Amino acid sequence: MADVKKIATRQAYSEFLVEEGAKRPELVVMSADLSGSNKTDAFEKAYPERFVECGISEQDMYAQAAGLAHSGKVVCASSFAMFAAGRAFEIIRNSIGYTEANVKICATHGGITVGEDGASHQTFEDIALMRTIPGMLVVNPADAVSAKALLAESVATYGPAYVRLGRSGVPVIYDENETFEIGKAKTVREGKDVTIIATGIMVADAMAVADKLAAEGVSVRVLDMHTIKPLDEEAVIKAAKETGAIVTAEEHSVIGGLGGAVAETVVQNCPVKVAMVGQKDCFGESGKPAQLLEKYGMTAADIEAAVRSVL
Amino acid sequence: MKERNYQELREIARRCRIDALKAIYAANSGHPGGSFSVTDILVALYFDEMNIDPANPKMENRDRLVLSKGHAVPALYAVLGERGYYDVEEMMSLRQVGSHFQGHPNMHKCPGVEMSTGSLGQGYSVAVGMAIADKMEGKDSYVYAVTGDGELQEGIIWEAALSAAKYQLDRFITIVDCNGLQIDGQVDVVKKVQPIDAKFEAFGFNTIVCDGHDFESLLGAIDQAKANAGSGKPTAIIANTHKGQGVSFMCDQAGWHGKAPNAEQMAEAMKELGGEM
Repeated sequence: MADVKKIATRQAYSEFLVEEGAKRPELVVMSADLSGSNKTDAFEKAYPERFVECGISEQDMYAQAAGLAHSGKVVCASSFAMFAAGRAFEIIRNSIGYTEANVKICATHGGITVGEDGASHQTFEDIALMRTIPGMLVVNPADAVSAKALLAESVATYGPAYVRLGRSGVPVIYDENETFEIGKAKTVREGKDVTIIATGIMVADAMAVADKLAAEGVSVRVLDMHTIKPLDEEAVIKAAKETGAIVTAEEHSVIGGLGGAVAETVVQNCPVKVAMVGQKDCFGESGKPAQLLEKYGMTAADIEAAVRSVL
Repeated sequence: MKERNYQELREIARRCRIDALKAIYAANSGHPGGSFSVTDILVALYFDEMNIDPANPKMENRDRLVLSKGHAVPALYAVLGERGYYDVEEMMSLRQVGSHFQGHPNMHKCPGVEMSTGSLGQGYSVAVGMAIADKMEGKDSYVYAVTGDGELQEGIIWEAALSAAKYQLDRFITIVDCNGLQIDGQVDVVKKVQPIDAKFEAFGFNTIVCDGHDFESLLGAIDQAKANAGSGKPTAIIANTHKGQGVSFMCDQAGWHGKAPNAEQMAEAMKELGGEM
């Protein structure tokens, strides 16, 4: 995929904010000393009067976000996924989730592709944590196009949302005019022998695996599960019934994230073999994103092996 | 200075303490100590200082109060009931299944409650967010955040205080219900937070120390805090109070933080408060 255009989803977030800010005067953006990394600085430049800089205090930022939201604002509050979902978890749960505050937790630097910063900054728990909060929308876009579209949907939908965005450039897999609906999986490859349900940066790899196996005569369905909560259970059950086996793929712990969500649905509705590709209950380390994905088992080759194991 | 009927406020506060304790007794669960230390503060605000309309709880430009020490909510429920947001009898369902009167405040279940709190420190930071929003809108309303003194041990309080100073929230008024006690004992022993006024001053606040059970002192402090609008600095009022104020055997006793009286204690408390069972 060397010739494919790559854009980080955080870059799409940056552009989205500036465009949305023009349409939505009630939009407020918040930062906890990471406006350059989160790419919220573009919004700050365009609308300084609607930008709140909290300094290095994520807990304060998410509680304040609830206060702004309960005063009629729509708030996009950003930090690294580790310090948003992790450090501020209980504040998000009690002051945003429980109060149904219109706050969008737009967390960048999710997963192992944070790279060189190492284990303290690599989040594998955020999707698991966020999806346990009642009413929390959990979105993990695969590329820049879907990120923009899903951010727009999330902001237009009243209530708490968690949007996971990445640090590194990822292949653009969608046409610019593609449309997305929250809670509806996108079928990016049709197939009947097995289904790969992927989310975030793993979607592009899953598509590559499907294309490779097609040459061997294996028909692989690929779903982009951009919304992890509410999960598109209908698509999951349909995949189980029609293809008989499922592989989940995520840049997240195999505990409690997409794999967990899919397995919960499958075992209760149509038990079939499920294999999970993701971080295997261990911490990461420093390194180049591609090296880390390989070392920790989150590459196309890992997805392919998982597919073969359930065929 | 406006004419005030302090005796009337004292009478309202007495009724509120009776209401709160009756609800706690009916639930056989709740927090009388902190409810009684904060009662006079809430009466002063809701019956004298705040621009609110019980018939229109969501009135535009109203003043808002966040009870960050959410466990003292029986006092807030009583004050809102006495103020006319609902029939005070309704709060006798406190802490029972299906009740609008949750053990800690829920903004979606009880009219007049501006924020769901209970997890300490968060309400304070939420109130700062509200005050920032009001400032963005150019509103002239006030946001009040009521905290405990033990609650000041939560780090988020000081994170939020820095924000309040940075954004020059001079219509944001902090009131510390300083009763000196927390669950494990004296605040000074558990983890000392005094001198509270010096701390807030160092964080960029105007500070006022007052007697949290004397309406003249309390209202004078709140008047002064409101008059600080335009100063470019938030104001913190440190209201010295007694946990369990109003009932002699509960007064200044950490043990009355979170338990309901038994029948005998209830009868004794009602006698002291001049209430009927």
